[in-house]
Amino acid sequence: MKFRKILPRAHVIFILLPVYWLVNMSFKSNQEILSTLSLWPQDFTLENYATILTDPSWYSGYINSLIYVLLNTVISVSIALPAAYAFSRYRFLGDKHLFFWLLSNRMAPPAVFALPFFQLYSSIGLFDTHLAVALAHTLFNVPLAVWILEGFMSSVPREIDETAQIDGYSFPRFFTKIFAPMIASGIGVTAFFCFMFSWVELLLARTLTSVSAKPISAIMTRTVSASGLDWGVLAAAGTLTIIPGMLVIYFVRNHIARGFAMGRV
Amino acid sequence: MSVAKRNYPKAWLLVLPVVLMVAFNAVIPLMTVVNYSVQDTFGNNQFFWVGLEWFEEVLRSGRFGDALGRQLLFTTLVLLIEIPLGLMIALGLPKSGWRASSYMMLLALPLLIPWNVVGTIWQIFGRVDIGLAGSAINAVGIDYNYTQDALDAWITVIAMDVWHWTSLVALLCYSGLKSVPEVYYQAAAIDGASRWAIFRYVQLPRLRQVLIIAFLLRFMDSFMIYTEPFVVTGGGPGNATTFLSIDLVKLALGQFDLGQAAAMSLIYFLIVLLVCWLFYTIMSVGDSQPDTRQ
Repeated sequence: MKFRKILPRAHVIFILLPVYWLVNMSFKSNQEILSTLSLWPQDFTLENYATILTDPSWYSGYINSLIYVLLNTVISVSIALPAAYAFSRYRFLGDKHLFFWLLSNRMAPPAVFALPFFQLYSSIGLFDTHLAVALAHTLFNVPLAVWILEGFMSSVPREIDETAQIDGYSFPRFFTKIFAPMIASGIGVTAFFCFMFSWVELLLARTLTSVSAKPISAIMTRTVSASGLDWGVLAAAGTLTIIPGMLVIYFVRNHIARGFAMGRV
Repeated sequence: MSVAKRNYPKAWLLVLPVVLMVAFNAVIPLMTVVNYSVQDTFGNNQFFWVGLEWFEEVLRSGRFGDALGRQLLFTTLVLLIEIPLGLMIALGLPKSGWRASSYMMLLALPLLIPWNVVGTIWQIFGRVDIGLAGSAINAVGIDYNYTQDALDAWITVIAMDVWHWTSLVALLCYSGLKSVPEVYYQAAAIDGASRWAIFRYVQLPRLRQVLIIAFLLRFMDSFMIYTEPFVVTGGGPGNATTFLSIDLVKLALGQFDLGQAAAMSLIYFLIVLLVCWLFYTIMSVGDSQPDTRQ
């Protein structure tokens, strides 16, 4: 077998090994984890998952994360749509500078913004709400959404717009009835990336919440207790965070490659 | 080709929501940072002007230089491994069918795992007592312990980043490869081109754009890396894996040294912007050369 056919397989195995170990560990009791090293659970248990799924202070973390991620996706895509249309169709004062200014925010290290964000959102009374995290994540998701959508929109010929105008379509009707369906896959891909980057981010989400909107990733640090780390529960919590991502990938699996190319993510 | 872009000043109205949102999130915090960077306080919310003292202090102290050095080494290593590896993986992927979409799903898997969980996964995987990799490596007779040995910690953090992000490069390159029309390959086959010649003259020119994007994205994101190494090594052993963001958070939220942290933030942000701008300019100079393709 040729090297170039083997490499993707080898890399996939490399990707799956640590994940397999995490899942394997999530079905073991803490004692088993610490006493023996085995490739599959000797004493199969769902105890760790039961701990998480029956304790509101655990599972509310998943709900909180999903709420702010979805909120962020909706906000990012809906305000990016008109902006991307403007960038792809019109020339206006400062358009190029504006585009690069937007993109430069994708380059801002979140660590730089953690403290000022905390102060900003505290001062407007949004600290510890889902909305605060959703708005904060627009810092990197809105520029990204504009960038991806602009790519998709520019691939639709401009003649379509003019023909619709001649046919007497008003702009809002043209946009919702004709244009949006034409770039539907682009909107899907954009939503996918907004979901992805909001879901994986921890630093800002943790800084902006304390109790009622705390994300699951921050709650996971709770497993450190006086008696040491509860590895089994930690592994189960980690496994559960992989599931939403896998579901989302499954739905966009045939669009990922195209999305990457069009969207220049 | 297509109708030219129309001059339309009112397009500003369409852009306005985005501008307001980003301004709220970027400009106000940035001004806060600038404000801190030129002031000092003894508490009680009383601030006084110190000019550029904090900047001088950051640049003079060895701490920032050390973290920057580690950051540059990390980013360079990560780019040197991930870009060629991702490209080679993309070249070996099937072009269509269920096998292609299975590969897409498996490759995208690490990209959708929350970053602290990525850290947790590698912590569990690499630990000497309970980790598969950690104990396997020691069983072979190699002394490996990432919590105590700086080199082992580096290897672990780099392996983790390769695990986490090579897929992004591979997916980008794969999408670039899919844009090569089939007739190009047929023409190359008729000419009796070697595999290398096909890669060099048919595939690589089409990959230029995506490679630039892959390079810039990997540069930006590896330069800002915080959560994953923080979970695995906590910046240690000692300061061995304390990269810029980790150092910055230690300074700002740990020691609450706001002035210095703010000055460091600004220098940090400027470095990222400058490097991106440099690469972008250098790479787009190549773009304006006459195109040999149609």
